[in-house]
Amino acid sequence: MIRRMSLTTRLTLLYTLVAACVLAGMVAIVSAAVSRHFAELDDDTLRDKAQLIQDMLATSTAQAELRGRLDDALQSHAGLYVRIADPDGTVWYASPSFTFPEHILDTSADTSPRSIVTWSADRQAYRALYTVATRRDAPDTPMRVWVAVDTIHHAHFTDSLHMALWVYAVLAALLSGALGWFAARTGLAPLRAMRTQAQSVTAHRLSERMPAESVPVEMADLAASLNDMLARLQHDFQRLSDFSSDLAHELRTPISNLLTQTQVALSQDRDAAFYRDILASNAEEFQQLGRMVSDMLLLAKAEHGLLLPHAEPISLDGEVQALFDFYDALAEEKEITLYCSGSAQLHGDRLMIRRAVSNLLSNALRHTPAQGQVTIRLAQTTDTVTLTVANTGPGIDPAIVPRLFDRFFRADPARAHAERDGTGLGLAITRAIVQAHQGTVDVSTVPGETRFVMVFPG
Amino acid sequence: MKILIVEDEPKTGDYLQQGLREAGFAVSLATNGLDGVHLALEGDHDLLILDVMLPGMNGWQVLKQLRDRGRKLPVLFLSARDSVEDRVKGLELGADDYLVKPFSFAELLARVRTILRRGPPGAETTVIVVADLELDLLRRRVTRRGKRIDLTAKEFGLLELLMRRQGEVLPRSLIASQVWDMNFDSDTNVVEVAMRRLRIKIDDHAEPRLIQTIRGMGYVLESPARQS
Repeated sequence: MIRRMSLTTRLTLLYTLVAACVLAGMVAIVSAAVSRHFAELDDDTLRDKAQLIQDMLATSTAQAELRGRLDDALQSHAGLYVRIADPDGTVWYASPSFTFPEHILDTSADTSPRSIVTWSADRQAYRALYTVATRRDAPDTPMRVWVAVDTIHHAHFTDSLHMALWVYAVLAALLSGALGWFAARTGLAPLRAMRTQAQSVTAHRLSERMPAESVPVEMADLAASLNDMLARLQHDFQRLSDFSSDLAHELRTPISNLLTQTQVALSQDRDAAFYRDILASNAEEFQQLGRMVSDMLLLAKAEHGLLLPHAEPISLDGEVQALFDFYDALAEEKEITLYCSGSAQLHGDRLMIRRAVSNLLSNALRHTPAQGQVTIRLAQTTDTVTLTVANTGPGIDPAIVPRLFDRFFRADPARAHAERDGTGLGLAITRAIVQAHQGTVDVSTVPGETRFVMVFPG
Repeated sequence: MKILIVEDEPKTGDYLQQGLREAGFAVSLATNGLDGVHLALEGDHDLLILDVMLPGMNGWQVLKQLRDRGRKLPVLFLSARDSVEDRVKGLELGADDYLVKPFSFAELLARVRTILRRGPPGAETTVIVVADLELDLLRRRVTRRGKRIDLTAKEFGLLELLMRRQGEVLPRSLIASQVWDMNFDSDTNVVEVAMRRLRIKIDDHAEPRLIQTIRGMGYVLESPARQS
């Protein structure tokens, strides 16, 4: 549930929580300070009055005189109550219509002088001070004095202050939640912009990009990564759709040939030789189509990482010799000399490696002029095995070098269907095989020589 | 030689039947696995050509049933799927060969003949003769009308293949595989060139011409007496 909560909700909740904590702390501190302040005020009043009574006791000579002075003094102090008793418990003076609770009077003997107690009764709150005073006429008899004040008006004030503070705190927390929601929404606006942008990306509009420059720095990386992803997708998608259209194009020509030939043959009666000729020609086209389909399947497998070499130790010089034997007749006919130098061992799939080298060799033979040379050089170091197929000739136009390994790429489109020039997949297959062996294949060309270099990990 | 084909695709089945019949085999056709098992158990076929993808009971199951019941005829699998696992599975179950669609009929025929020719080798011939052409395997010598012909090692191998399988049309892929051990389709005309050069040495100065090109199929070496 928490995981699915929107970012805006999360941020709003967090803001509210933080504001509530801060405000609650403030309310607590203010309340405590106010309460303490009032308590101090009351204590000052109590001490004041206690001092006054002590002075009166010290200057009064008779109980009646004391009572009269006290009545006068207390008249102007509503909410101030006094009780004076001698050590025997005889009450000398007590404020009218006020009774100190028993527990205060009982414990007063044990309580040290000038101690302060609080209590409440009849919905009133009181604060009392107990002290001892000396009588002028009997200095050896300490008088016990209680002074109490009514603190209910202070309590009322602090209660209403508490209420006001808490109401303020709750409202303020809610308000900052709302402001937080607004801030979160505003802050996350670039994300929504990216989402809108992402929604506009479709197979036909892969060129759309995230606004990496206009988003905040925190999101620029994300936007850049997404853009990289889009670029890769676009590239792969482009290759895939190029491939599909190339494939359709490659298939269209032979199928069109087959259809035309067959329909022309059927359009009127022919002699047997004509039919035989048509069928033979069709069979050739079909073989070419079949080979193309097989090659395509092999490439598709390689693309999906399903081309798993059945590895065994291979002597590359042996393989090259076998291939030279195979291509010998062809080379001799074109008066091309085949050379092989060096030797190397490789751990790989014999059939695949042979096929990869065979494709390079047949490609070299196809592009070497008469009386030229094709050289295969083998080299082995501790961690690499290199096989170079070099042929003499005019070299390759540098502009087409990057596309040489593309499927169906032919240097000369006009030659696509001349003679048995293969399916245009040979070099792509070579690369797929080399990559399945964790190797690389590259081409370099200078006037006079073209070189294909395969490098395998040793 | 009797061959049983189990193939559910009607066109493929019909053409295979016709082609093999015309190549001189007695052929019966089953269009599903159950009929295939039944016919194979009842009949005395020398070879079973079995499609892997069949309705109801697939090729693997057909072969397993036959092997379970002790029927030990050679089997050639046809499959539209080319994966190493399939190949291995087929060979593990005791198939003799495995051919991936699309295949050329010449290739199929050549492989059928290869399988049927297997078995206990008889007295190994050391000299093969076709018309006035003689190939001596021991001395590695070729003569036509008694006249010695110099061949390279590979040309000798090529001629030996053609003569051993005289009368059979050999597709290029089979020739490349048997003579040069190139078990993949080369995108070049190497086999044509090699064949042309061999033909110059064998046929150019002598009549009749023994090596024939069958367009769209491959090559055949045949004495003219049998050609007509």
